Amino acid sequence: MVKLNVNGTSYDVDVDPATPLLYVLRNDLKLNGAKFGCGLGQCGACTVMVDGKAVFSCLTPAMLVEGREIKTVEGLGTIDDPGPMQKAFIEQQAAQCGYCIAGMMMRAQALLEAKPDAADADIRQALEPNLCRCGTHMRILRAVARARDLMQGKSAGNMAPSAATGRG
Amino acid sequence: MNAPNPLPDVTRRGFLAGAGALVVSFAIPAEAQEGEVPTAPGGQAAKPKRPGSLADMPSLDAWIRIDADGSITVFTGKAELGQGTKTSLRQIAAEELEVEPAAIKLVTADTALTPNEGYTAGSQTIQNSGTAIRYASAQVRQILIAKASEKLGAPVEALKAQAGAIVGPNSAKASYGELVSADFLHVDAAADTKLKPPAAYHAIGKPFARVDIPAKVTGGEAYVQDMRPPGMVHARVVRPPSYNARLTDFADAAVKAMPGVIAVVREGDFLAVVAEQEFQAVRAMRAMAGVAKWQEQPALPDQYDLPAFLEKSVSEVGAVTSVGADSVPGARTLEAQFTRAYQMHGSIGPSSAVAMVDNGLTTVWTHTQGVYPDRKAIAQMLGVPEEKVRCIHTEGSGCYGHNGADDAAADAALIAQKVPGKPVRVQWMRDQEHLWEPYGPAMLTRASATLDQNGNIVSWHYDLWSNSHGTRPGSAGSLIAGRLMDRHFPPDPAKLQISPLGNGDRNAIPLYDVPNQRVNWHFIADMPVRVSSLRGLGAYCNVFSIESFMDELALAANADPVEYRLRHLKDPRARKVIEVAAEKFGWSKDALPAGQGRGFAFAKYKNHAAYLAVALEADVDSDSGAIKVSRAVAAVDCGEAVAPDSIVNQTEGGILQSMSWTLYEAVHFDRTRILSPDWSTYPILRFSAVPDSIEVQVVDNPGTPYLGVAEAAQGPTAGAIANAFRNATGMRIYDLPYTRERVKGVLGV
Repeated sequence: MVKLNVNGTSYDVDVDPATPLLYVLRNDLKLNGAKFGCGLGQCGACTVMVDGKAVFSCLTPAMLVEGREIKTVEGLGTIDDPGPMQKAFIEQQAAQCGYCIAGMMMRAQALLEAKPDAADADIRQALEPNLCRCGTHMRILRAVARARDLMQGKSAGNMAPSAATGRG
Repeated sequence: MNAPNPLPDVTRRGFLAGAGALVVSFAIPAEAQEGEVPTAPGGQAAKPKRPGSLADMPSLDAWIRIDADGSITVFTGKAELGQGTKTSLRQIAAEELEVEPAAIKLVTADTALTPNEGYTAGSQTIQNSGTAIRYASAQVRQILIAKASEKLGAPVEALKAQAGAIVGPNSAKASYGELVSADFLHVDAAADTKLKPPAAYHAIGKPFARVDIPAKVTGGEAYVQDMRPPGMVHARVVRPPSYNARLTDFADAAVKAMPGVIAVVREGDFLAVVAEQEFQAVRAMRAMAGVAKWQEQPALPDQYDLPAFLEKSVSEVGAVTSVGADSVPGARTLEAQFTRAYQMHGSIGPSSAVAMVDNGLTTVWTHTQGVYPDRKAIAQMLGVPEEKVRCIHTEGSGCYGHNGADDAAADAALIAQKVPGKPVRVQWMRDQEHLWEPYGPAMLTRASATLDQNGNIVSWHYDLWSNSHGTRPGSAGSLIAGRLMDRHFPPDPAKLQISPLGNGDRNAIPLYDVPNQRVNWHFIADMPVRVSSLRGLGAYCNVFSIESFMDELALAANADPVEYRLRHLKDPRARKVIEVAAEKFGWSKDALPAGQGRGFAFAKYKNHAAYLAVALEADVDSDSGAIKVSRAVAAVDCGEAVAPDSIVNQTEGGILQSMSWTLYEAVHFDRTRILSPDWSTYPILRFSAVPDSIEVQVVDNPGTPYLGVAEAAQGPTAGAIANAFRNATGMRIYDLPYTRERVKGVLGV
């Protein structure tokens, strides 16, 4: 049994305490945001925040994060009420396949919570551990800069209408 | 209501066999399902031929269904691979049906529901499926108008479609739902349906946000990896240490006793484990890998002398083109040789699939590019009729060609037979993806050109050495599980096929105006390293070679590289993208500071899809050997632009991915094993090396045919980097990738 605090909610999860946090989030808590990419800490697809810091959930045994504040992309907002980081990624259309994106957002969120006025160069440096294979880097950088501005209360941009209601 | 045609009497091959109007002068390649059919809004074919994929699947109700409640469902055999087609296909249908894109329900590739459009590959979704949906939608609108004419007693000329209804004089109005009757769309598409003129567009070319992004940034269920049907169990495969290894001993008693283990699967050399929880499956997989004993055989070529391997392994030589004289006199002849290493797709998410056996039917949720061909291969592997397998496309991590998707689907299907009634989720580990995906083949190319006294090219010879770039399913032997299991299905034999579509020879013919040309493919049937289609196929290395060589020729002719290209190009659209890219980039002959260079390259993808030119600037650090591309400007013409932002997104992505291939990527191996199991042994682009800016100019041509665009940047980007390096250092590198070691070697540091 492991006690976890995820996105502000406490959970008692019946798993082997050595289970990587990633599997607990995805399978036991049914949170899709953190992704399995490499299991080696080389790609960042599994990135979540623990006590405000970006960590590789694929390498972190669940027992090590008991009692700590875990935040996943689901904790940033919802599809109906997206948070600033999510709004910025939608506004900038910053995804191709999108598989790496939740990890990018969590690493960026950790940066901006620690350093709200992060410079563009800080953003680029912070994202270094995370890989994107589709080549969406320019948009990801723009989206994080935009999230920084939104969090600092700068006005929203114009969003294009969606080509569908709800999900694709 | 009109049910979607459950498909078909009409198969692609059946249709081709009976249709004289189609291109018949070339063999349908094995990769055929890439399905090359000339297409076009505004179709220019002399003989009426149904446009796009309507040629294979003409019945309108295979594509569009309208229900009595007015809801509209569009069916495509193509899949969303991250290129935004779930959005752009809605735009196309909405345009002709006179509704908003959000009103369209879209069903993508599913063997039980959608047309068979082969593979989602070759940048042909909009070109083939989009064209079909466009024409079908326009005809459906006309059918609705005709039905409304009867119902409302008004002439068709007085009626028009508007927001889901047909409206006419005196507030006459009939909603689409009111006009629906049984099988009313069970009619074949016409070849010459009139489309809306560009001036009247409300959806095509307009900015619509991608429909899939909100779920992807908020933790919605977006990928096959996210599926969690009730009762689902977790599986892992255990692969041999090398392609041809044979299992000699496997003591699985201890594994079977591990916590959560439901089944240990051994079928010949195929090993897998099923467990209640995912991490239990991972632990059992590791334990199995520890007890499995394998017999290995050295069978791989020498990584450090691939040209020798390629030259000595030629099984056949095919003429790609032969125009004019074999040799002509000239002032001077130049020659060069280029190579490309084996390179990976390297999706960030390793392949995955979910399969379930229920009542004799195996359903597979898969991120394959081709649900129909995958179903065929899986059915053969399982020894069941095709109707007993259903493949449903479900998004996966980025897809850039034939990756591990089909193999993971086969793994899941095979494992699911052992635990009937339970949905089985297979997730490959990172090393399994890196070691077992089919790579983009290594290539060798040689170019030779003769210039006249003015430096103009009068003769061009080009030879390429390559495997096939298409080993997709196919048969059960195209699947890893099929090869490993007891029956050891053999791989499909590779055949040399020269077609307009191109394969290893894609873009091997230069688009430049040269009166005398010889292009040959020295085909290598033997595939000791597993290979298949990687974004662009041969175009990546061929365009890298041709564009590097064009710069060499321009230097020899003492000409500016941009001017030199233009003087060999009559095609106005080719000239246009070159001019736009050069102008927006600020192309100039002015010298740059030491260590900086600019490079230019151009190609028309496949010589019949999108035109793309790119100019870029690079810094070369001679101490470290690092090349940093600081900025890039591309101009692209893909005909009528349906979703301009997706074109920009795809082109930016193509530039960055090609930059990664070009600067870093080579699969390493010894004579027995692949040695690149992870991102540290196969590094790719990271943020620190991303340019400061990338600008993409879309040269729109409303009303002209759609030209596939998603792969157009791969070759030109490599060429432009090569030329920028040459410009910066005075030296040329002929071998891909441009690693730091190679750069330092060439610079003599």
